[in-house]
Amino acid sequence: MRIIKAEEIVTAVRGLVVAAACDLEPDILEALLQARDRESAELARNVLELLLENADIASRERLPVCQDTGIAVVFVELGQEVKVDGDLMAAVEEGVRRGYRDGYLRNSVCDPLTRVNTNDNTPAVVHLEPVAGDSLTLRLLPKGCGSENMSALAMLPPSAGKRGIIDYVVEQVVAAGSNPCPPVIVGVGVGGSFEKAAYLAKKSLCRPLGQPHARQDAAELEAAILAEINKQGAGVHGMGGNNTALAVHLELFPSHIASLPVAVNIQCHAHRHKELTL
Amino acid sequence: MPKISPVSQFLQQLRRVEVPFNPAVVAELKAGELVSLSGVLYTGRDQTHRRLCALLDEGRPLPVDLRGQLLYYVGPTPALPGRVIGAAGPTTSYRMDAYTPRLLELGLTATMGKGPRSEEVRQAMLAHGAIYLATIGGAGALLSRCIRKSELVAFADAGAEAMFRFEVENFPAVVINDLAGNDFYRRVSDHGAPHLAAISPA
Repeated sequence: MRIIKAEEIVTAVRGLVVAAACDLEPDILEALLQARDRESAELARNVLELLLENADIASRERLPVCQDTGIAVVFVELGQEVKVDGDLMAAVEEGVRRGYRDGYLRNSVCDPLTRVNTNDNTPAVVHLEPVAGDSLTLRLLPKGCGSENMSALAMLPPSAGKRGIIDYVVEQVVAAGSNPCPPVIVGVGVGGSFEKAAYLAKKSLCRPLGQPHARQDAAELEAAILAEINKQGAGVHGMGGNNTALAVHLELFPSHIASLPVAVNIQCHAHRHKELTL
Repeated sequence: MPKISPVSQFLQQLRRVEVPFNPAVVAELKAGELVSLSGVLYTGRDQTHRRLCALLDEGRPLPVDLRGQLLYYVGPTPALPGRVIGAAGPTTSYRMDAYTPRLLELGLTATMGKGPRSEEVRQAMLAHGAIYLATIGGAGALLSRCIRKSELVAFADAGAEAMFRFEVENFPAVVINDLAGNDFYRRVSDHGAPHLAAISPA
């Protein structure tokens, strides 16, 4: 049994929170560069240039890439041979609290009815998954709500098939228009139950950007959805061009014989995600 | 004075628009035009709008006279020590749609955020001679450098949702809705964007 002290988790989460806000990952920077190089609309190309410059300023000056530093979504993979010395969930919360405070990040979490701000960006949304082994992996996805608000879920009839999945996802991304700050990354969860599909859609965003699904039919579905979205021409920030989406990530899970749940979780161009294994 | 990189120099080459607005200049602005704003912007997002409308309901005065002004939908991050403001990009505008017609009635000339507006807001803009601008979503660090001064105006307890007064220089924005009723987002979704090269800067 390996012992990991709760304080190590606090420090790790704090570091991920600050880094995610200020430093875009190389995969997203590369995707934005490629988008700029293939962009046909001049205004959109200029905006992509400014987004790249924005990322550069943020990283150098330790400013957040975007003022919406999000609600902290944390995927925790806990090895079954790990014993946490202390309270794991409390440690994640404390890491989020310190990260938002020390990084001068915006506290965006409030009571859903009174709208009173909790003033420390907690609670975080924590998904805990037991896995084999003796390590603990933390994946942080601070989710801005311009994009999160464009999420959608449908319980399609199984007869809808692949065509139905493509049409539904494309329809949601087109309806979202410029609200989620395109070029977007589209997370799609197919199958499972109502909540499982939504979880998969979100979790798919943790994959390296644009890495195709291991299953060929799923990878083909991803490619088909991406091509159809980009054919629509909404483009960067709805200002036209061929870069509405940078990638589509789809995750599958077996569903009930009566059901075909499809969840869409859209991520903005500032695709903030960081992970660390203790 | 922050270093201006080669990329953002093109912001300085854009048409410069002073705020508060000169009505003659507003009348010339066309949907799809990329401009640079200089002058004073007031900020407000969800809570500021709710509170402004509550003041109007109670027949009480607003903290600022909005006539001729621009209201920017933003909730900035806290300023790092020695800085004017934190990241300060636009938030999604449709959430303010429910409140916007009332503020346009008071003579507010422009709003700025990101994403399209409701039909009701579009009609209210036409009726009151107002325009709508979008600035660059997610470019909070870059836009922060265009803000030279920031001061709190009202609703301090709302934190990032409070109302601020920004003094800006070369702040980039795209005209989405002009006084002639054109809507740039709709034009793109209806016709694509082949004309964009013609209006693009530099």
